[in-house]
Amino acid sequence: MSAVALSANSPKNAGRVQPMAIALLLPITIVSLVGFVAPVANLLVLSFQKAEGTGALLGGFTTETWTTVLQDMFYLHLILNSIATSLVITVLTLVTSYPIALYLHRSRGSWRNVLLVLVISPLLLSAVVRTYGWIAILSDQGVVNRTLMFFGMTSPIRLVFNMTGVVIGLTEILMPYMILALLAGFGHLDRQAEEAALTLGATPFTVFRRIILPLSLPGIALGSLLCFVLAVSSFITPKLLGGGRVFLLATEIYDQAIVSLNWPVAATLSGVILIIFGTALLFYTRLLKSVM
Amino acid sequence: MNDHAPSTGLKILAAAMFVFLLAPVLVVVPLSFSGDAFLSFPPSSWSTRWYGRILAEPKIVAAFWTSLTLAATTMVLCLAIGLPAAYAIVRLRIPGAAFLTSLFTAPLLLPSIVLALAILIVFARLGFIGSFRGVLAGHLVVTLPYAVRVLATSIAGLPIACEEAATTLGASPLAVFRRITLPLMLPGIAATAALCFLVSFDEVVLSLFLTGPRLSTLPVEMFHYVETRTDPLIAALSVILVVITLAIVLLVDRTAGLARTFAR
Repeated sequence: MSAVALSANSPKNAGRVQPMAIALLLPITIVSLVGFVAPVANLLVLSFQKAEGTGALLGGFTTETWTTVLQDMFYLHLILNSIATSLVITVLTLVTSYPIALYLHRSRGSWRNVLLVLVISPLLLSAVVRTYGWIAILSDQGVVNRTLMFFGMTSPIRLVFNMTGVVIGLTEILMPYMILALLAGFGHLDRQAEEAALTLGATPFTVFRRIILPLSLPGIALGSLLCFVLAVSSFITPKLLGGGRVFLLATEIYDQAIVSLNWPVAATLSGVILIIFGTALLFYTRLLKSVM
Repeated sequence: MNDHAPSTGLKILAAAMFVFLLAPVLVVVPLSFSGDAFLSFPPSSWSTRWYGRILAEPKIVAAFWTSLTLAATTMVLCLAIGLPAAYAIVRLRIPGAAFLTSLFTAPLLLPSIVLALAILIVFARLGFIGSFRGVLAGHLVVTLPYAVRVLATSIAGLPIACEEAATTLGASPLAVFRRITLPLMLPGIAATAALCFLVSFDEVVLSLFLTGPRLSTLPVEMFHYVETRTDPLIAALSVILVVITLAIVLLVDRTAGLARTFAR
């Protein structure tokens, strides 16, 4: 039983390769079926079931959980709030990441590599640690409020344990993804077109608006999709920086699953997240087609 | 502007955004040497007492050992399961290889909160919640996609001629794999091991759903600590974790780099 492609090509060995392949793939298939395929299928089924007050499932098929969730003002508000917040975070991430990405694209040599490592390194740090850092910066005794008070502010402004803190924290946490996506998209930039425009008398701002920005649209679209999707499903930062006062889809899924033990509602809210994902992806594909 | 260099305006803007990006990391290091009893920056006094206080938290210490064991076990199992799978996908011309690759890497596409909920519900029925094997199985689901992807890339990049030559000279498939494929793959294996270890060691959303009162991991304990208390202890712990992470990355860079020079 030869494993190299050379002999696997010959018809004599083609049939004999199969048992070996099955044996090699068996463990990972078991993990995939037990830990991924079955749970996800079960989750979707569960959103069409009903639970008693105790959390015990009643079985059968019902669309009741879906209609309850989609008619309840609390959940509707929660869904719209999550989408709106994620959109704001996506725009802020784009605005803060763009200068870094453009700078990295234009710099050369070892200095560029050092900066690139600095961009990627926050990804190696747990979201808990980075969120904790933001609590230290934004709290009443933090850098920002201390500085403001030094310049004459009488009382600290509330920057943590509310929506402001969540938006600031998530923007920073998602920046590395956006920067990497933008960098990948900057391959389309054409230095000669910029120089030609400048020679013909365009201001640097016009060059940016009419040439650089349109050419980097694919990167912007990819980075925005990525950040939006990650923002909608983020959980650690809203939970910690929101201090239990910010309600978003992901935090509600956790509360329903761990605190209220209402699995059908948690499953339905997960379905809502997946629908938002699908819609964002559809929107992205449409946008990319119209740009290219 | 003709030499492709960034303009002064862009430099200033990029520098400001870099400060924003690195702010939480830059704050955590000095904060870990704070002498205050609460989160205050800049601290009013300096000390190393928070590093000592970590050892006085039995929950944190226990969770650290759990996380270490868990990450090491996950790493070994990832290689044991991922290596044969990657080899089969790349080298044995099996039908549907592309489908299998996307199936095995699909867990990465799902939002972690949805995956965590899905696994929680099934594992709760199996009585896996709060047990080592339950958390281990969950971690395998999220680390194996990385393992398969990195190992498959590594195998695909190997010169197949060496393996073919050995086979022609009469070596058994197992001998070819053990004596030629495996040594050539060492950089890829080292990278996979480090990646799986770090992903498992850092994993928090899935662990939050799968751990219980009897068993907890370090990120989960840190999450609960930050949720209930605000003092510089987590800063000291974070600095230790950053040092460990850097040590692993550098170690892999060294071994993988060494292995690469040996392979040539």
